[in-house]
Amino acid sequence: MNEELAIQANDLTRKFGDFAAVDQISFEVSQGEIFGFLGANGAGKTTAIRMLIGLLAPTSGKASVAGFDVYTQAEAIKRKIGYMSQKFSLYTDLTVWENIRLYGGIYGLSEDNIKAKAEELLSSLQLESVRDKRIGSLPLGWKQKLAFSVAMLHEPDIVFLDEPTGGVDPITRRQFWEQIYQAAEEGTTVFVTTHYMDEAEYCDRVSIMVDGKIEALDTPAGLRQAYQADDIEDVFIELARGADRAE
Amino acid sequence: MNPISVQNLNKSYGGVEALADISVEVEPNELFGFIGPDGAGKTSLFRILTTLLKPDSGEASVLGLDVVDDYRTIRTKLGYMPGQFALYEDLSVRENMDFFASVFGTTLEANYDLVAPIYSQLERFEDRLAGALSGGMKQKLALSCALIHKPELLVLDEPTTGVDAVSRQEFWQMLQQLKSQGITIIASTPYMDEAEQCDRVALIDNGHILNIDTPEQVARNFDQPLLAIKASSIYELIKKLRSYEWADSVQPFGEYVHYTDKREEPDISKLELYLTEQCGLSEVEIKSIEPDIEDSFMNLMQKEVT
Repeated sequence: MNEELAIQANDLTRKFGDFAAVDQISFEVSQGEIFGFLGANGAGKTTAIRMLIGLLAPTSGKASVAGFDVYTQAEAIKRKIGYMSQKFSLYTDLTVWENIRLYGGIYGLSEDNIKAKAEELLSSLQLESVRDKRIGSLPLGWKQKLAFSVAMLHEPDIVFLDEPTGGVDPITRRQFWEQIYQAAEEGTTVFVTTHYMDEAEYCDRVSIMVDGKIEALDTPAGLRQAYQADDIEDVFIELARGADRAE
Repeated sequence: MNPISVQNLNKSYGGVEALADISVEVEPNELFGFIGPDGAGKTSLFRILTTLLKPDSGEASVLGLDVVDDYRTIRTKLGYMPGQFALYEDLSVRENMDFFASVFGTTLEANYDLVAPIYSQLERFEDRLAGALSGGMKQKLALSCALIHKPELLVLDEPTTGVDAVSRQEFWQMLQQLKSQGITIIASTPYMDEAEQCDRVALIDNGHILNIDTPEQVARNFDQPLLAIKASSIYELIKKLRSYEWADSVQPFGEYVHYTDKREEPDISKLELYLTEQCGLSEVEIKSIEPDIEDSFMNLMQKEVT
């Protein structure tokens, strides 16, 4: 086990019946790296993420996350990671403060620690004025920025972000990415999926999944060069057009 | 007569203003886009236009008919694809098509030519339950069902949200094809880059229309010199640019950062010196560029706030 690696996957595979949703993927993510995990709808991204965060057992292959094995140490992994997605992040019928307190409690933070973290977080996000407002009444962009901070409450080694910026306005989307940069600079590993191809350029490295396999993995500049493309969108379209799992 | 004519439309939910004095005209056979983030008011507007929601005040007519008084007639003449998948998941592909056709008093055969370019891609799955289709195929089925009665106007609420870049491109190609058959189409999207697929767009944020124009003109309305700047570390570059005395706006755009200056003309050589000599950034590249629609949108959003 290499201590420097946040994520290590070797021939990781998940089958549903005969169908290999994830088909022998291998990759490594270094500590503090921003890793973009791209792929068309149905390419197997969600299945791969579910295996990495300890929610789904692989069919075969190996993977470790934060130094723990996905087969035998799934519970330990869950303590070391943060997770947010566009679809589910916070409880809409709880207030801002209640959400922070709930997640702090789930992650086992002490009452004092939760209080201190909450104040710090509300002030850095400028959300003090809405601390007693229900999440459901906040604009999407605020929610997503708060959800990210909540996913980082317990100072996880790795944070998994599943389409965190879908539907968010262009200014907030960029503020969100600055939060990501900051987290990475402080040493957190960021594993992120997105449908916005300009966001792929913000990652240190990017992988592109097609039909359950990783078809390309490199820095954005490396991918552009290898495919002689102007941007990652062109690379993505070139690769995903060849998909059999046509939509 | 314009297929859509909206004057001073207002809609609030409780104290929350969803639409604030919206006015817009959509011309015959236009492919017209409403571009804006979630919560901008796109869905409220579309629900009013499709007669599913009453406005608080203002006027709106669709195909020459009033959205409040003539709602029954309007419903027979337009095709609507809501943002949430709204077909019957426990009916098969073919059963959904037959159901929607019969509701409108027609058959798949009678209007096959119109739906064929899209529906033909689904025909091998005619017996599959709609709930078991992939996201992209559900979207094609929903579009086929919205077209089955030969509507004069097609209303598509965020048809490409959560859809990957390839499927999004294909979807807009289908819309271009439908437009060429004479249908007027309005579509909403949070993806700024889809604006260029439209004849004209309305940029919408926070219940307000910020701008209505052709995509080219919307971009040109951005009235400051714009620089694209690159360096080995984007995050460092953003931070250093923000603390530069002449910096106005600093926004990451893919591998570049878009920068505007507080002065009429930015001094590129001084800026380069600042970034390299003073800040120690490497691989610095600075170039003048034409703004795109997203630059314009952010600019208008910021003006609205101030």
